[in-house]
Amino acid sequence: MHPPPNSTRRQFLGLAGAAAVLGTAPVVTLRPAEATPEMLASAIRNVTGGAAVKTGKVKLDVPPLVENGNTVPLTVSVAHPMAPEDHVSSVHVFNEKNPQPNVANFHLGPHAGRAQVSTRIRLTDSQKVVAIAKLSDGSFWSASVDVVVTLAACTEEVI
Amino acid sequence: MASALINVPAKAKRGEIIEIKTLMSHIMESGYRHKASGEAVPRDIITSFTCRFNGAEIFRADLFPAIAANPFFSFFTTVTESGNFEFEWIGDKGFSETASASISVE
Repeated sequence: MHPPPNSTRRQFLGLAGAAAVLGTAPVVTLRPAEATPEMLASAIRNVTGGAAVKTGKVKLDVPPLVENGNTVPLTVSVAHPMAPEDHVSSVHVFNEKNPQPNVANFHLGPHAGRAQVSTRIRLTDSQKVVAIAKLSDGSFWSASVDVVVTLAACTEEVI
Repeated sequence: MASALINVPAKAKRGEIIEIKTLMSHIMESGYRHKASGEAVPRDIITSFTCRFNGAEIFRADLFPAIAANPFFSFFTTVTESGNFEFEWIGDKGFSETASASISVE
């Protein structure tokens, strides 16, 4: 009936809504950037130097369902003999969605006897974890596991 | 302050493969967290862990912020002689800790 009295209120609400949207936008961009699958691929390239990575030999033990992403037990074992002339020289662990694609690099030698390493890692989200083993002959072998995380690491505020 | 837990068998047979477990107390602040006021908490992590046996390196790890607080490692080595394991952790803000353990091989 009387549009003029309402128009200012509508304008005000419209402006307030726009301001609220603008206000939330920076909060979203302030969140730590996720590593993208491209970052994962480039981190893997940094280790392999572009060499082909075959699937197999490597066994990656991570619980498929993780309650607390702050401490996730992880074991990498490589089914390969540890002889001086033919052994696993390093093991590299990567993730897909943490802020950084690298998790850890482990440098082994033939004296290790068994190519198996365990540690505890952080996961910020449900994602893929990849382990790559480098053999002394220069070949690369990998395994990957999809992990579901219910409580994410790293994102909580410090009080 | 910082303290380490080391688990190395006291005795082993010559040529036996033994498991070594280590734990170092450290916050491993990732550098990706924020205070309530919005400012980023600076990164403070251990970046390198090395294990040497009688002076020769037998295991080394490069650590990233994705390693959980109080870094734990378990790895294996073949023992051929009695000797001493030396462990070294190096990190941000000048963090440097060492520990050692001995083994007698018969």
